[in-house]
Amino acid sequence: MTAEPSPPPTGQPGRRLIVGPFNRVEGDLEVRLEIGDGAVAAAYVNSPLFRGFERILEGRAPLDALVVAPRICGICSVSQSHAAALALAGAMGLEVPRNGLLATNLMTATENIADHLTHFHLFFMPDFARPAYAGRPWFERAEARFKAAQGTSVRRALAARTELFHILGLMGGKWPHSLTIQPGGVTRALDGRDRVRLLAIVGAFRRFLETSLFGAPLDAVLALETAEDLDRWRRAGPESDFRLFLEIADDLALSGLGRAYDRFLSHGAYPLPDGGHLYRRGTFADGREASYDPADVTEHHRFSRMAGQDRPHPPFSGSTVPDGADEEGYSWCKAPRLAGLPYETGAVARQLIDGHPLVRALVVADGANVLSRVVARLLEIARTARAMEGWLRNLDPAGPWCAQGQMPDRAQAVGLTEAARGALGHWLRVEQGRIAGYQIIAPTTWNFSPRDLDGVPGPLERALVGAPVRPEEVSPLSVQHILRSFDPCMVCTVH
Amino acid sequence: MRDRPLSVLWLQSGGCGGCTMSLLCAESPDLPTLLETAGIRLLWHPSLSEETGPEVTALFDRILAGDEPLDVLCVEGSLLRGPNGTGRFHVLAGTGRPTIDWVRELAAMAGQVVAVGTCAAYGGITAAGENITDACGLQYEGTRRGGALGGEFRSRSGLPVINVAGCPTHPNWVTETLMLLADDALAAADLDGHQRPRFYADHLVHHGCPRNEYYEYKASAEKPSDLGCLMEHMGCLGTQAHADCNTRLWNGEGSCTRGGYACINCTAPGFEEPGHPFLETPKFAGIPIGLPTDMPKAWFVALASLAKAATPERVRRNAAADRIVVPPSVRGTGKTSKG
Repeated sequence: MTAEPSPPPTGQPGRRLIVGPFNRVEGDLEVRLEIGDGAVAAAYVNSPLFRGFERILEGRAPLDALVVAPRICGICSVSQSHAAALALAGAMGLEVPRNGLLATNLMTATENIADHLTHFHLFFMPDFARPAYAGRPWFERAEARFKAAQGTSVRRALAARTELFHILGLMGGKWPHSLTIQPGGVTRALDGRDRVRLLAIVGAFRRFLETSLFGAPLDAVLALETAEDLDRWRRAGPESDFRLFLEIADDLALSGLGRAYDRFLSHGAYPLPDGGHLYRRGTFADGREASYDPADVTEHHRFSRMAGQDRPHPPFSGSTVPDGADEEGYSWCKAPRLAGLPYETGAVARQLIDGHPLVRALVVADGANVLSRVVARLLEIARTARAMEGWLRNLDPAGPWCAQGQMPDRAQAVGLTEAARGALGHWLRVEQGRIAGYQIIAPTTWNFSPRDLDGVPGPLERALVGAPVRPEEVSPLSVQHILRSFDPCMVCTVH
Repeated sequence: MRDRPLSVLWLQSGGCGGCTMSLLCAESPDLPTLLETAGIRLLWHPSLSEETGPEVTALFDRILAGDEPLDVLCVEGSLLRGPNGTGRFHVLAGTGRPTIDWVRELAAMAGQVVAVGTCAAYGGITAAGENITDACGLQYEGTRRGGALGGEFRSRSGLPVINVAGCPTHPNWVTETLMLLADDALAAADLDGHQRPRFYADHLVHHGCPRNEYYEYKASAEKPSDLGCLMEHMGCLGTQAHADCNTRLWNGEGSCTRGGYACINCTAPGFEEPGHPFLETPKFAGIPIGLPTDMPKAWFVALASLAKAATPERVRRNAAADRIVVPPSVRGTGKTSKG
């Protein structure tokens, strides 16, 4: 692997672009591009906002993490809450009762599905309704459905999302920033009436998926297994947002855009009462599956504006000391590495590692790219919605919901979960009954990391290399598609 | 009637974006319909607008040149003054300039300035702990006036910053504030002592709390998932918190206390540092230190001990359970609540 992408060939007028503020991502984002030969030759991703949550958490009572950590992020709030609760439960040695586990899954699944919808309809698709695409055969339909904040599909999805979030109103009190998820389970027991009400909400959401997003029964979506199946759906499938996306992706060759290292990580999503996860934990690299050991994770500060640039930092002994005067660092984001290497995380990683046949086929053919990242997200919506119905039917209103326990004066534990955007981990260290260390690695910290100790670019930085740029473009559309295909959450990234 | 829609520019800085995410949950009507029908036009919003990069900075330039009227500047997230007063903990992408400088300059052009959420109002969670980013609100640092714009700031309309505090904000606190502004129906007298709109801040979270009967008898929850009152042991500040969460409700039928956990008074300046663990009630001689708003201490102590003594068996037992174990008795059936 080369440490640095090669500079533009001599004789070519190299161009440099600084692109931002990037909107329709969560938070603020800047990308520096070096352009040569009509394409991106090198990219540098800057996460421009630093708030210092790890420092805010240090010194507090450990359970205060349940209040503070969700407020890292307004879009992955329940996932942050879950990671904190898992780390605390690990430190307390708590086992969550079956109901508590299923209720937590229902809450994290609600947020993850809603985030996928927000990404597709509000953040990603509106770029295809831009005037630059007028003249493409699909443009008028894309504009009618996906014009930012106005399109018919955008509005339908907003309404469906709002109703889906009634699950978190009932179970979580509100969204975002609920305190329902505790180390021992949940604070809100559900009775028989709650269960049927929640089933009604999930049922109505399934109706939205079947009439608007997919235009077909969920079973038909769940049955998609091969690239040929997907191709058939594009050519002759039911009229829907999904099919329109496939048509656009084919016309613009989105499967050829935005390939990174094809190394993937999933913490495993939705722990099941009898062990394991609904979506398996593990890694996939060089065409092989492997198990994941969080002890192999370190963070590099080499190009972060952080003290400690000369060595890798294991999260349990990690530090967050910002250096505002540092000129070499170009981002507040640290660079997480697994066994020293950058990894991509997200729905495509989750479904690939879990063995979804269609996602496997797409990644084997063309790697993770703009098409396969978006397809994986949409397929996952269908799978997760189906699982939610099952969890609701398996609740036992007569059983317990929350276990009790004590926090020892000294402990350390890691909480690993999956946010919509991928692997989220909280590394907690308690000493003398207070938080002595709290390191957070969020999905977009992985995906949008800066270069590491070896000068190796992060996954997005790699994925942008080769993106076509027209001479007149100042915010290249190809760059916007690639970047948004990761569904970045910038407030989580640095925290 | 206004002769043109109310123009709104929305900027985000040192926050989590959760107030926007909450706003997208507006219903009856949904957000796009509400904005259209109320005559509110978003000039730019980070989550909703098409424009990116230079298209956005060109808009800022037009506003600053006076070519684009700015009726309302909404700011979400706290303003970061660090490190060392440079504001460089958030340089607005693509501009090379600290966001706090953009906000100061644009606020001077705005008819009204609205702080969306407790971070933008008072500093909020980002200002917690040692506050290494030197985070503050637009016109406050915690309970003290000051902040990014200074205590004396007045927008072009003459109002101070309107603090729609909450972590996060309820969607309708924001939409109703904007609708009142579009209707020219929000005056200085409509803001409370912390500059919060009184339409929601003149209520207490305690109002409409379904745990009221437990509160009346001081029948208290002892652990997470118990049904009892959360004030005595679990850190609940609902009797002191200014907001209408239990009468307005969130995401359908929710509120914090309905979700089974304490109100942490997130609409108040300084909520991020309560001086004790959030989910534990600090006590002196066994009595909670924080009294219900406007309640004399002697009366609270007297009434609490009387109420505890008078607690019905039903209320006492249900308070420490995660479901109703003793239902209220039904008159005329001969069944009592003695279970």
